[in-house]
Formats: sequence, C-alpha cells, structure tokens
Amino acid sequence: MGSDTQQITGGSAGLPPVLRLSSINKRFGAVQANSNVSLDVAAGTVHGIVGENGAGKSTLVSILYAFYTADSGQIEIAGQPQQFKSSADAIKAGIGMVHQHFMLVPNFTVLENIVLGHETSGNLATAKSKAAGELAALAEKYGLDVDLDAVVQDLPVGLQQRVEILKALYRGAQILILDEPTGVLTPQETEQLFEILKALRAQGVTILLITHKLKEIMAITDAVSVMRGGEMVAHLATQDTSPRQLAELMVGRPVLLDVGYSPPTPADICLEAENISLVQAGSTKLDRLSFSVRSGEILGVAGVSGNGQSELLEVLSGIRPLSSGTLTINGHAISADNPAGPSEIKALGLAHVPEDRHAMGLVLPFTAAESAVLGYEDDVQLGSAVYFSPEALNRHCARLMAEFDVRPASPELKSNLFSGGNQQKLVLAREISSAPNILLVGQPTRGVDIGAIEFIHKQLLRLRDTGCAIILVSVELDEILSLSDRVMVMNAGQNMGIIERSDASTQTVGLMMAGVTDAEVRQ
Amino acid sequence: MNNAILPRWVDIFLLPAINLLAALCVAGIIIALIGENPFTALVVMLKGAFVYHGGLGYTLYYTTNFIFTGLAVAVAFHAMLFNIGGEGQAMMGGLGVGLVAIALDPFLPPVLVVLLGICAAAALGGLWGIIPGWLQARRGSHIVITTIMFNFIASSVMVWLLAGMLMNPGQMSPETRSFAEGVGLAQLHVIAGWFGVEMTRSPLNLSFPIALMVSCAVWWLIWRTRLGYIIRATGHSERAAIYAGHDPARIIMIAMAISGALAGMMALNEILGVQGRVILNFTSGYGFTGIAVALMGRNHPVGILFASLLFGALYQGGAELDFEFQSITREMVLMIQGLIILFSGALAYMFNPVIERIYLRLTQQEQADG
Repeated sequence: MGSDTQQITGGSAGLPPVLRLSSINKRFGAVQANSNVSLDVAAGTVHGIVGENGAGKSTLVSILYAFYTADSGQIEIAGQPQQFKSSADAIKAGIGMVHQHFMLVPNFTVLENIVLGHETSGNLATAKSKAAGELAALAEKYGLDVDLDAVVQDLPVGLQQRVEILKALYRGAQILILDEPTGVLTPQETEQLFEILKALRAQGVTILLITHKLKEIMAITDAVSVMRGGEMVAHLATQDTSPRQLAELMVGRPVLLDVGYSPPTPADICLEAENISLVQAGSTKLDRLSFSVRSGEILGVAGVSGNGQSELLEVLSGIRPLSSGTLTINGHAISADNPAGPSEIKALGLAHVPEDRHAMGLVLPFTAAESAVLGYEDDVQLGSAVYFSPEALNRHCARLMAEFDVRPASPELKSNLFSGGNQQKLVLAREISSAPNILLVGQPTRGVDIGAIEFIHKQLLRLRDTGCAIILVSVELDEILSLSDRVMVMNAGQNMGIIERSDASTQTVGLMMAGVTDAEVRQ
Repeated sequence: MNNAILPRWVDIFLLPAINLLAALCVAGIIIALIGENPFTALVVMLKGAFVYHGGLGYTLYYTTNFIFTGLAVAVAFHAMLFNIGGEGQAMMGGLGVGLVAIALDPFLPPVLVVLLGICAAAALGGLWGIIPGWLQARRGSHIVITTIMFNFIASSVMVWLLAGMLMNPGQMSPETRSFAEGVGLAQLHVIAGWFGVEMTRSPLNLSFPIALMVSCAVWWLIWRTRLGYIIRATGHSERAAIYAGHDPARIIMIAMAISGALAGMMALNEILGVQGRVILNFTSGYGFTGIAVALMGRNHPVGILFASLLFGALYQGGAELDFEFQSITREMVLMIQGLIILFSGALAYMFNPVIERIYLRLTQQEQADG
C-alpha cells in the first residue's frame, strides 16, 4: 500500500504542518494497534481519519491526547517535538478533544462545566464571572451560541456537543479532535455542527475528524487519511477521492456500497402494536405507539439514539412488560394484564438480534459454541433433558459458522475474541436459524466492518424475501433508508409517522427525527 | 484485552504458587524474628501434615471440610454471588443432621437415618442459602450483608437450641445427646480394619470420598448441564440471561440453594463422621476459609481440591508446629494460616500485573529472537 501513499500539504505549502506524527507504534499484548503510523496535518484544515473498527483510529487519537504513551515514534506540534506525560500536557500544547461520549456533569450549568478543572481563582464566583467574559468573546468569534446559565442535562445533545467544543476552545485548543461526533445527532444537527467546524477553520483552528461515515468526510474535510489494520494506508486530498475509493482502502478490497434492494411482496400482518406505552420510574419511554408489520417486509425504525427505540425492541421481545396498549404477535394478544416474557414471545415465532451484543447478544467469556445456543438451550438435540453435550454444541456452532461465514470458524474460541462483525454474524446466525417469522434487529452493523455490513444486509434482504417480517432499528440513517420498505420515525417515545420508502429522504426523515410529524413535513 | 494475556497454566498454577510462596516468606521472616529457624519449622509442618503417624489422615479430614465449603462459595460465585454465609449454612446443616438423627434413630435402621441425615444437612443448609438468595433476588438486599447476618442468626439459633430444647438432659455442656450406635459415617481406619489392613487412627471418614464425588458432581453441574450453563450465563451477564428468557431472580435462588446445600454438607464430616452428636461451634471458621479456598482454586473443583489439600495440610502441620516448638504458640500458627489466606485469598491477584509484564517481555523477546 505504501506506493499509494501520497503526501498532501493542503494550502500551507512551505510551512511545517501544525501537527506531525512520525512512525508511531503502539502494541497491546499480541495486538499491534498502531504500526509505523505517520500523519501530517496542515494548519487551518479539517483533516479526516477514516477506518473500520479496530483499525487503530482510537488508539492513535488516545496517543495524541496522551491517554496512552506510544512505544516509539514522535509527535511534533508546529515543528516542536512534544513529550506528553498526561492529557494536561496535550491540552497545554493546544490540543482539545471532544469525545464520542460527552464528559459533562449533567447537573452543572454550562458555565460550571466549562470552568471545571480550569478554575482561575479559588473563589468560584470570581472564576465564573471571569470565565463568562472570555466565553462570550469566544462564542462571538466562532458563532457558538449557548446559554451559559443553562443546566447541561436540559440541553439537547447538539448543544451539549457545542459546550464540549467551547470547553476545548476555552482551554486554548488550536487543534480540535472530534471522535465520531455525529453519532448522536440528527441530520440537521449534523449540518449545524459542520457550519461550526467551517467557522472554526476560517478562524485558523485545525480540526481532526475521526469518523466511519464516508459521506461526512466528503462533505467537510480538506484532506483524509485512511487507516487499516493499525497502519496508515493512504493520505488523500478530499477533492481527489470518492466514497468508493475510501471504502476500498478501508477494507482492502472492492466493496458493494449498494446492497441490491428489490421491492417487497408483503403478505398478512403478523405483528401489530396498538397504543403501546412504556412508563418507567415515572418517565414515559414509549408513548402510545401504533404500527403494524406484514410478512415479507422490512419496517425501519429511525430516530436519534435514546428516543425510545431500545425500549421498543425490549417491549416487543418481552424483556420489559408494556404499561398499556395491546401487542398482537401472530394472532396472540399481549397486554399489561396478559404479559408474555422473552421465552413465550420467542415461542410465538419472534427472534431478536439485540442492540447490545456484548451485554445481551453474547456472553463474552463463553465459547462461541456456548454463545451460539443462548436463548435456545432447550433444544433437545444438544444433549438430554439436563445434559449439554459439548460435541453437540460444537457441531451446532460449526454449522452456523459455515452458513454465515463466521471467522475464525472455531466453536471453542471465546466469544470476546471474535471481531465485532463476526460476533454479529454469529448472533444473526443463531436467531435466523430458529426460522422466525418476525425478526427484530437492533443496530445490526454497529461496530461492524464494511465487509460484514455487506453480508449482514444481504442476509436481512434474503430473509425478508423468504416471508419474514423484519423490524430494523438503527441510528444509521443510511442503513434504514437503503433496507427499509417503510420507515417509522421515533422522537421522545412517540411515533412521528410511518412513510413509504419512496417518500423517505434524508431531509424528511431528519425533520421527523427532530420531532416534526409527517403531516407537518408534507405541508 | 487485559484478560486474555496470560495463558491458563499461569493463572491456575503459577500465580497460586507465587502467592503461597509470598505468604511463606512473610511467615518465615516472622518465625526468624522470634528466634526459630523457619526452614526447620517448614520441615516440621510438612512432616506433621504428611509423614508422621496419622498426619495424612488428619490432613485429609480437614481437607474434606474445605472441599465442601470451597465448592459452596464457587457455585455461588459462578452466578456472581458472593456467599459469605458458608459458616451459618454449615451450622444449619449440622442442625439438620442432628434433628433427623435424634428424632428417628430409635425407630429406623442406622443406614436410613444417615441417608436422611445427609439429605437434611443439604436441605437445611440450602434453606439457609435460599433465604438470602430470595432477599437479593426479590428485594435487592445485598447478598454479602444478608449472608453475614444469617451467620449470626444461625449461631444464635444453635446456642438457643443446644443450650435449651436439644441439650442432653442431665448435662451442662451445650450439645445434644449422642446418636444411636451405628448412626454415623465410618472412619476409614475402621473400614480398613474390616479388610484386615492396619491404618493409623484418624478422624478421616467416609465424608472424604463423598466430598470427592460431590466435586465431580459440581463440575458436571456447572460445565455439562443446562442449569449450569444458565447459572454461568446469569453470572457473566444478567442482561444476556434475561434476553435468553431466564429469570435471574430464580437462578439466583437456585444457585444459593445449591451453594447452601454444599456448605451444609460439611456437617457430614464433623457431625456424622467424628462427633456423633451436635456440638456448638463445630464449624470453627471452615465456612469462612472456604472463601479463600474457592479464590485460590479459581472456582474450579480441581483447583478447590488442591487448595483444600493445602489448607488441610496447613491446619494439621500448624498443630504440629504448636506442639514441637515452645516459642511457636497456637496464635502464631493462626497467624501463619491468616497470612496464607491473605495472600492467596484477599490478595489473590496482587502479583498479576507484575507476572503479566514479565510474561509479555519474555514472549516478545521470543518473537524477536524467533
């Protein structure tokens, strides 16, 4: 791959890059997380780093922010070699970080959060008033509008992220690292974030954007570096590349970005929800949802993470009992007075690929063979009524692995030693092999490499064509739009409307995700 | 990423050995400080445990207690429950044996009384485990707290009964009357005598082979049955168990019942094998030491077997130390035992990071050389 590598210097030819990483190596046990990674970032640009999960992006960023120390290699900022001992040193050198999961104290105000750890005076009131002045100036300069006295937990996610950015700038960041910043945002909020990033760039701030979404790379970056298997495989100017080329570089082989969707042939309704609600500890998680799914179709459920999709999956699969309303699964009515648990619902022909495969879908310390029967232990072919035959378990697992191309195909290997994509394939194999006529799928491709995504999407479409009804919950809007026959959008536990595939554009769905009903969108 | 670094043999054999060595070093320093030769002391201990007449019998007799209480802790641990209540559960097991024996030995043949007694020991021990289990599962009371409480309750119940209703009439000590002739588990030297084999007298009895069989049964339960699978799944990830359609509350109660039953069976050794009556405080801390045994044995029946043997040897060899040296008192021996429990139980993973680093350096060097 070395021959593909092409050095780019952006608009600042002649000047030293504001950030230069040379031959960074980092090893965890047997895993070489970063191997001879070099990177030049030109001042005042937005530089993207793409790569699949496990490609070493997070490790690289953690080294830059001094969470880890590199085994070897050098970091230079504006031509000056750096020796970071802790994150405090990195901050001093002008590096700011916005984490994927925000590091804010929810019951503090915006101002208190920004001052936290950077108090200029022992007297909090003095420190706050001093900071307030500086922040007002910063907010003005970069167009970052936030109410400093608002309590963070009351703010929408997009604004919380803005607080994080402001916090980094307040600490003097000249190089801002954003780790998967759009995972929790609606498309409109993403647009606003990009506006902010452009304003920052115009003011000379350098931005390092870590993402796996190629669309965003194309939309906002000036240059992009691709990582694969711990190595930098390419440095490219964004204008000279395409999503297809980036995807190929990330995977190391040609990939199909389009899974080959074909129109469905839906049959009878097999799952129907009428006004189902879930109230937990006084807060309404699901608010009178009604929808139905037919055999042979995929109903996509879109929404910003945390708007009730997880709860919906748990209610439909029987993990949580619903508070009111009626759920009819293959003619069997379930309500608050007549609840059904996960095993009863499974017996009705519903299978569930859970969102969180680490905590739910698999038991990580179990062997793959053991994880491959989770929830299906009663299958008598696995031994006798009490006895579990290890040979039968291994045979069963080997068959699933062959069918779903799980690698390595070793049933005795511990579940946590498989890659995300292979873990997901194993869960999918287990659930599909139970021959369900309704399949719930939560975040099927979260933390899954592109190659496996392709495979999983094809499997879902194939299953649909055999007459299974699929409810697909995902925060990846592209995934919803490319697979679903109909799309339901959730906001604050409510159904914002169900739209046909033909009407579902990023724009429409994005507005609905933000809480606009489909009727209002049409107006 | 951190858990997979060390190979199994390091975790199972090397680390416990290093812990043991560290404990012996500290104990040796203390023995040297009071003016005795630590190496002579070690030799006396080893000879006392394995070589002297009857030493091995005593060692295995103690081992039996530790196997039962160690297995009890391990089974609960596979469901991620920390059962500190082995002591109380063992007491209740003894009470079960006693009640059955005293109520039935005038009417039933001894063999039947013994069999029923064994069942009663498991049942009452199990009951004493299932109540804290229920409180944890359905009421959210932490199992560590409740099992400790239940030790105190069991202890009080024993005092109340043994100094009252069950006390042998016409006697002043808090114990029941002796069971009828033949109600008990034969001691192995007696059995050997039936075959004309001479064996040194020791309290080692049929409970020991029973303990070995129970170890196999526990291994089979945990790694070869559906129930064991579900217990382990619940222990590793409660959400995965719920997702799979199991009720964790039910599993917690089942695991605690099995755990309590195993602890209760410790009474077989003490009550049926040796005393022939129920006495106060026959558990003398074996229930607590079971925690260290399980930790050192990595919650695996084979590991527990070895750890039990170690602790058995320590008890027996320790008694020998006390006997042989003027300056080494009973308290000194308790301290050495305490050190071993400290290093191999409470500090079981203290040397992990160091070993990990050394191991990594060695393997990396190997790769570089290769």
